[in-house]
Amino acid sequence: MAVRVVTDLAPIESPPVSSRAGVLAGLAAALLQNKKALAGLAMLAFFAIVALLAPVIAPYDPHSLQFDPILRPSLAHLLGTTSFGQDIFSQLVWSTRQSLLLAIIAGLMATLISLAVGVSAAYLGGLADHVLNLFTDVFLVIPTLPLMIIVAAYAKSGGVAVLIAVIVITGWSYGARQLRSQALSLRNREFLEAARVRGERSLYIIVFEVLPNMTSLIVAIFLGAALYSVLAAAGLQFIGLGDPNDLSWGTMLYWAQANGALLAGSPIWVLAPGICIALLGAAFALLNYAFDEISNPALRPVKKAK
Amino acid sequence: MSYLVRRLEFFFITLWAALTINFILPRIMPGNPGEAMLVRFHGRVSPQTIKTLEVAMGIDNHQPLWQQYVQYLGNTLTGNFGTSVTFFPTSVGDIVKQGLPWTLGLVGMATVIAFALGTLVGMLSAWRRGGWLDAILPPVFIVVSAFPYFLLGLIVLLVLSLTLNWFPLGFAYDVTSSIELSWSFVGQVLWHGFLPALTIVITSIGSWILTMRNTMITTLAEDYVKMARAKGLSPVRIMFMYAGRNAILPNLTGFAMSLGFVISGAILVEIVFNYPGIGFTLLQAVHSEDFSLMQTLFFLITVAVLVAVLAADFLTAWLDPRTRDAS
Repeated sequence: MAVRVVTDLAPIESPPVSSRAGVLAGLAAALLQNKKALAGLAMLAFFAIVALLAPVIAPYDPHSLQFDPILRPSLAHLLGTTSFGQDIFSQLVWSTRQSLLLAIIAGLMATLISLAVGVSAAYLGGLADHVLNLFTDVFLVIPTLPLMIIVAAYAKSGGVAVLIAVIVITGWSYGARQLRSQALSLRNREFLEAARVRGERSLYIIVFEVLPNMTSLIVAIFLGAALYSVLAAAGLQFIGLGDPNDLSWGTMLYWAQANGALLAGSPIWVLAPGICIALLGAAFALLNYAFDEISNPALRPVKKAK
Repeated sequence: MSYLVRRLEFFFITLWAALTINFILPRIMPGNPGEAMLVRFHGRVSPQTIKTLEVAMGIDNHQPLWQQYVQYLGNTLTGNFGTSVTFFPTSVGDIVKQGLPWTLGLVGMATVIAFALGTLVGMLSAWRRGGWLDAILPPVFIVVSAFPYFLLGLIVLLVLSLTLNWFPLGFAYDVTSSIELSWSFVGQVLWHGFLPALTIVITSIGSWILTMRNTMITTLAEDYVKMARAKGLSPVRIMFMYAGRNAILPNLTGFAMSLGFVISGAILVEIVFNYPGIGFTLLQAVHSEDFSLMQTLFFLITVAVLVAVLAADFLTAWLDPRTRDAS
């Protein structure tokens, strides 16, 4: 459901870093020079502002049924109204909040699990690595949507919490695999050897020596997980497995589809939330790809003059 | 050989994991959902069917857990999936049999087309690094692949079927005709299948292109490619036989890995187009809370993906001697 670009990770050859500020400053500088990253950032910022200012931007109460059904777009109703007489534009604006928040929260949680599983597998090695790796692969291969559908169907009326849980359970494995291979390539580097000789504890080494050197990959994995969350949440809500009273783009699509919006001649009801989902997804995808370019120099666009 | 043995081991462990998830889920969910389903069943089916369902849903509390587990594994592996509530009194097995060929045909065709086309385009795009193909394709497909499958399906439906009337609105063949082996029927199937397949191809092709492009770029920097150039081999030969041939392996692994994602997307596409495959059946099962049908579908979809992954593994072993020799 999401783009899964499989690239062999470039071995890290840059000098090791151990202060977080240095890494983040470097990343920020690289981001600002990358067009794809800038486009993604701009889109994300736009949605964040809309989400924050929803009460100011939306002209009407999104739940209110006070208008005539299926009005054409006009100045009073920028995108027309639904079959229930709700203002589509107001719904769209308010829905930004849940859709964005859900993507970020589910993305963060999935990334944390990826980190825990991937890095400890690489660092512990041996049997623990074998078991964790197998566990990751199993979750990677099991088709996620049917699994999500079953879990969500069993735990019906669980609301947003269930949605997030389902997405996190099915979304962590890809990142874990990538993190493991990068952590493996770091394992025998001299600066880690030095830390071990100094007698640092494993936890210290992982948190302060290994993780800072994987910052760009971790950010890329978060972006991938967030993209996955956007699409997964939209898909689940679209087929009616979210809370139908929620205000989110997926739920809007569900109601539009349930009322045959395409056939009833109000395609905007379907297209508006759909395009928002696609744009939010594209924002995460663009940033994700940009990070791939930043962490793997071989992929950077070449200068044409050669 | 040990490579294939390990892949087989993985196949069975994942199969077991899917079965176990099916077994555990209804037992850990609050407010036993299976019981509600059984209430609707009572008086309508034989006691033996009830028994099977009870085992699957974990309602039969007289037995110890491990016994239920063994019984459940036995039932599933012998193809005893129980009876469907939605399509009562048809058995779950029969319903799946009706839907499976449609899904396999649609997803299979679309995936193979997307994979072949995507690999070729990715190869070309890396070969002409910085050319127009390379400049346009990655950003376009990054954006397209962020499209939800069902959204693209809806747009395609709106434009090509509703507005332009070029294609039928859904389903796999004309509802008025019956299934038969004739040219007109085959034509209908292709006609009806075109839009769903197109949707799957457009949304999934991007990741093949990008993966292939990225690996190809790495491969093109290898010494043996430089050597081939120095020998003065024709560019076409270098592209396909030297660089492409080696770059395709990670793409094949990626192919196996992302099949689960593709199938997930295809389920949504089927729902949009009312295509009578597994995904559409799954939606009906969800709406009528038919848990035994849902569980069976999840299990069978997983089996299908695993078989495909295994096939890709065998193909990799055949293509790449290194995987065979590695201990």
